[in-house]
Amino acid sequence: MATEQVISDEARKEIEALFHHLPKKQAACIDALKIVQKHNRWVSDQALVELGPILEMTPHEIDSIATFYNIIFRKPVGRHVIFLCNSVSCWIMGYEGIRNALKEKLQIDFGMTTKDDRFTFLPIPCLGNCDHAPSMIVDEDLYEDLTPEILDEILAKYE
Amino acid sequence: MERPLTEHIKKDGTALTLKEYEAVGGYQGLRAALKMTPAEVMGVVKDSKLRGRGGAGFPTGLKWSFVPMGDDVPQPKYLVANGDEMEPGTFKDRLLIERNPHQLIEGMIISAYAIGASMSYIFLRWAYHEAANRVLLALDEAYRAGYLGKDILGSGFELEMDLHTSVGRYICGEETALLNALEGKRANPRNKPPFPQVSGLFGKPTIVNNVETYCNVPHILAKGAQWYISISKSEGGGGTKLYGASGRVKNPAIWELPLGTTLGEIIEEHAGGMLDGYKLRGLLPGGASTDFLTPDHMNIKMDFEEVGKAGSRMGTGTIIVLDDKTCPVGMCLNLEQFFAQESCGWCTPCREGLPWTAKILLALEEGRGKPEDIDHLTFQTHYNAPGNTFCALAPGAMEPLQSALKYFREDFDEHIHNHSCKYHRH
Repeated sequence: MATEQVISDEARKEIEALFHHLPKKQAACIDALKIVQKHNRWVSDQALVELGPILEMTPHEIDSIATFYNIIFRKPVGRHVIFLCNSVSCWIMGYEGIRNALKEKLQIDFGMTTKDDRFTFLPIPCLGNCDHAPSMIVDEDLYEDLTPEILDEILAKYE
Repeated sequence: MERPLTEHIKKDGTALTLKEYEAVGGYQGLRAALKMTPAEVMGVVKDSKLRGRGGAGFPTGLKWSFVPMGDDVPQPKYLVANGDEMEPGTFKDRLLIERNPHQLIEGMIISAYAIGASMSYIFLRWAYHEAANRVLLALDEAYRAGYLGKDILGSGFELEMDLHTSVGRYICGEETALLNALEGKRANPRNKPPFPQVSGLFGKPTIVNNVETYCNVPHILAKGAQWYISISKSEGGGGTKLYGASGRVKNPAIWELPLGTTLGEIIEEHAGGMLDGYKLRGLLPGGASTDFLTPDHMNIKMDFEEVGKAGSRMGTGTIIVLDDKTCPVGMCLNLEQFFAQESCGWCTPCREGLPWTAKILLALEEGRGKPEDIDHLTFQTHYNAPGNTFCALAPGAMEPLQSALKYFREDFDEHIHNHSCKYHRH
C-alpha cells in the first residue's frame, strides 16, 4: 500500500541546503525537524520515516531528538499555538488568573486543541519578558502585562 | 556613570543599524584588536578582569587561554555565543541582542580573533523571535561591510558567523549541552574533561561565552583594561553589569550599573521599591537557581564575592522579588516544577529527585503535608548537591529550596500544621 508522502519536495530541498556547511548530515537533524514543522505544523511518524534516509539516521534516532525538545510537536496542533509563561515572575504577577481565563474562553486545558482547530494551548517556561509579567506568545507574537480583560482582543487576531 | 553596553540603545525600541552603531564608535574595538596579535588581545581581556556574565563568573581571559594556539592544532576552532537565556527571571541578554546586535557581533569577532576561531554561532532560544530577525539583518550588514567573511578589514583574519535558533529546553544553556544541541543531538550535558576549549563542537576547540560577556569585549579593546576596571565598584571584577528586577516592585526593568552596586540601591533606587501595599520578604539575586537573600542583605554588593559570602550567587544578576503576600512555599513549588520538567533525565538524582521534591511541595501547598516532609526536602538538598549530579542543574534547583527552608521555615511548618496555605492567590 502506497503511503502518501508528507515531506514536500520544497521542504526536502530546504533540508538538503543545510548540509553544505556541516561536517555530517545528522548535525542538521534539529533544523530539519523545524523545517518539517514549518511546512506541516507538526512532525508525524511518517515524516520521521521520510527524514531517515535524508539525514542518514533511523526514524527512532530522529524521534529520540524530536521528543527531547518541547517546541517540536509530535502530535497535531491547531492553526495557532498559545504559549503561556508559567515560570516564577509570571506566577508571582498573576499567571494563574490568566491561565484560568484562557481555559474558560477556549474551553480546553493545557495540551489540548480547540474543536475548531483554531488554538492549541501550552504552558511554557520563562519567556525572558519578566519585567512585563504575565506574558505569553501566540505563534511568534509576544503579549505582555496580561490581564484577563485584554485576552479577547488578543485572541480575536487569530482566525 | 558610564554605561558602555547600553548608553547608545535607542528609546524607540528599534535596533541600532550598522551606520548608527559605527557613528557612536562601533567596530573601533575590532579595528584596535586587529592591529594587535591574538595573544595581546587575550592579554588585554585578562587584564580587564572581565568575568563571565552567564552566571558562573569565570574569568573570560583565563577561559580563552586554555584554547590550543599555533599552527599545529585542530581546525576549525569554534566560537559560540550562549543566547539561550532560559533562567527564569532573566531577561538581560534579550535587551542586548534586540537593541544592539552589532555590539554582540563585534565582541564575537574580536574574541574569535583572540582564540583563532574561524567559525562562530549565535545560539538563540526559540522564544526570541524579534531578536532572531534583528540578528539576521545585522549579520547581513556585517558581511556586506567586510566585518565578517574572508580577510576582515584587510587583516587576513577570516570568520564566518551563523545564527542557530533552538527548539526549547533549559538545559541548552549548559555549555556542553548547548554544543550537543548545535550538533543536532539531544541536549544532554557532556562529561568534563575534556573541556570544550580543547574538545568542543564536533570535537574541535571551542569557546562558549554568554551574550553579555561578548558585549563587553569591544569596549575593553577600544578603551583599555584600566578604564574597564575603573568603572567597576567590585574588587573581584571589572566593568558594568546588567542588573534587573521582576516581581512586585514599582519599576521592573534592566539597568546597566557598575559591577558591585549594592542590592539596596538596585531595589530602592532603580526598581523604585515595592509596589504600594507590599513588603519585601526576600529575593533571588540572580535567577531561579540562586539562594534566597532577605531584607537584611540590602547592604551587600552585587558581585561574585559578596553575594557568595552572603550564601547565594550573583548568577545572572536579574533579581526575582518575593513579596509578603506571595507564598514562599508556593514559589519553591513553582521553581521545583520548572527544574523537574527541565531535567534532561541523564542522571538519577536529578531525574528522580526533582519530581519527588516538587511532589512534596505540592502536597504542602494542598494541605497534605506531613512533619517528616521537611526532612525529605532537606534530604533532597543534600542528595542533589554539587558532586552528586552530572551537571549544575539539580544543585542549582536546590539553592532556592535550601535557603527557603532556612529563612521561611515557619511558612513550611504552618502549611503542615494548618493543613492549608494561608496565602490567597489572585
